[in-house]
Amino acid sequence: MSAVTRDPRTPKNRLGRDSTLGMVIKYILLGIVLFLILAPIVTAISGSIRTTGEFIARPFGLPTQGIQWSNYIDILVNNSFWNSFRNTLFITVGVTSLNVVFGSMMAFVFARVPFRGRTFLFNVLSIGLLFPLVVAILPIFIQIRQIGLINSMWGVILPLVAFGLPGTVVILRGFFKGIPDELEDASYIDGCNRMQFFFYILLPMARPALAAVGTLQVIAGWNEYFLPLLILNDPKLWPLPLGIMQFQGQFGREWALIMAYVVILMVPTVLFYLFTERYIVTGLTGGELKG
Amino acid sequence: MSAVTISRAPTSIATIDKRRNDRSKWLTIAFFLLPGMGMFLFFVLVPIAQSAYYSLFKWNGFGPITSDMFQGLKNYQDLFSDRIFWMAVQHSIFLVSGSLIIQLPLALGLALLVGRGELPGRRQLRIILFIPYVFSEVITALLWLYVLNPSGLFNTLLAAIPGYQNIGWLSNRDLVMFSIFLVLTWKYFGFHMILYMAGLQGISKDLEEAARIDGATEYQVLKFIIIPMLSPTIKLTIFLAVLGAFQQFVVVSVLTQGGPVNASELIATYLNKYGIKVLKLGYGSAIAVTLFVSMLAFSLTYQGLFMREEKTT
Repeated sequence: MSAVTRDPRTPKNRLGRDSTLGMVIKYILLGIVLFLILAPIVTAISGSIRTTGEFIARPFGLPTQGIQWSNYIDILVNNSFWNSFRNTLFITVGVTSLNVVFGSMMAFVFARVPFRGRTFLFNVLSIGLLFPLVVAILPIFIQIRQIGLINSMWGVILPLVAFGLPGTVVILRGFFKGIPDELEDASYIDGCNRMQFFFYILLPMARPALAAVGTLQVIAGWNEYFLPLLILNDPKLWPLPLGIMQFQGQFGREWALIMAYVVILMVPTVLFYLFTERYIVTGLTGGELKG
Repeated sequence: MSAVTISRAPTSIATIDKRRNDRSKWLTIAFFLLPGMGMFLFFVLVPIAQSAYYSLFKWNGFGPITSDMFQGLKNYQDLFSDRIFWMAVQHSIFLVSGSLIIQLPLALGLALLVGRGELPGRRQLRIILFIPYVFSEVITALLWLYVLNPSGLFNTLLAAIPGYQNIGWLSNRDLVMFSIFLVLTWKYFGFHMILYMAGLQGISKDLEEAARIDGATEYQVLKFIIIPMLSPTIKLTIFLAVLGAFQQFVVVSVLTQGGPVNASELIATYLNKYGIKVLKLGYGSAIAVTLFVSMLAFSLTYQGLFMREEKTT
């Protein structure tokens, strides 16, 4: 319509005619990308409700021999699945809570309590950002063995917490720094001590940032594969990523069954993602961009 | 200590009060810092330091290390003269180049498409484009294990082309790294895209508008305003892409275990195969130390050269 009625913040492209063509090209490009992103996911879903034979013959398609609910039921009635599920839940809750509690405490000091050596300690902690678990897996393995935590859930949880701390602290520190000094001073005048300021004022204000680091830790704990693989020998202790690999080893070419298992693991991830998308994005960007 | 408090802007009643409570301040610091710092030291720094010591021994991991196991730098000599190790390094470099040439520009392009402007449905698009990043690496690898399987999605779709012969996407030595790069791009481009989108939000619209009013074309706006303003983010994503390529493990381990015949070996799979599984923990430690040192050297150099202004403490 007329340029006058338009929102002044979104100026119309100077070449008005160009933008229709531009839009078409944009949508075509996006369509290709979307297809590439979604094809493996859609094919997994459509495979999981058919027989392996049908699935191999036509990767996309609706069931011709009835929906194979048995693919799902076989997995969901299996004790070892629920066992792995519980293990994953335990690891995820353990990692997330310890990480957020310790991380926020450290971030508070690094952001708001000046002392000699603080910069040095923070730099030491930042080195941790360079070494995700995969790189340090062998030293960790030896360390865990020395303290006798092989085959223990804590042998998985504690290193995961430790490796997550640098990221959490960097993100939270940035957020804590943004809270005005006047607020802290006012709370001291009103008789708060540092701990009370931290618990009653800072933490409640930091809820979005805590949610952001929390969701990132949930994802990390839920997905971890390599550390449990080395630390947990007893299949009873295995979390879902190990469970599905064992399942895949057992059923090799039964693609329909494997895809059903994949879909079962995808569903909670996607639901969690849809509900926490905002926090994941702020966690990843807010923290890393402010550095 | 007093010097530190003085550096804190104008003295208020509260700061005077704080200075008085020096003892309680140190107690607070200890209480807040010790648990986390302790865990970090114990599970991150100490093991890394120890591995430098282990790397000087021929040690299978059982029993204590004795002096007759000492062999100086032999593990490092063995490592640097192992052709397979250098293949793993090359593969990582291949992944880095692929990221720089294809993955990051793709992520930037999509961020420009979805992150700004008035494209309808851009929020939904952003959510979908980011989904692969939240899947676990195991799930990603299993999905693609099917897609790239000889009787999987790729070959079935491509069979529509007349005369097409099935390709072993993961069993062909020349193709396997391309396949792995494709999978990694699928999983990780969304992460870079999100970083770019955040960077784009920080660019003031006024600047772009001013340029357009002065007659700049879309291309000129991109080249002279958006890209330069986005350069901190671009530098960061390059940095993360390099680190990521050298630390990749799970996807490759599930898809190929580094095969066929080491054709997709990466440093982490090499470490797992030739250090941990065969219980050559001294040798494995040498691999780990080599990786740390090169990562640290790279980070310090890169940050010193390109990211200095962002490093604030």
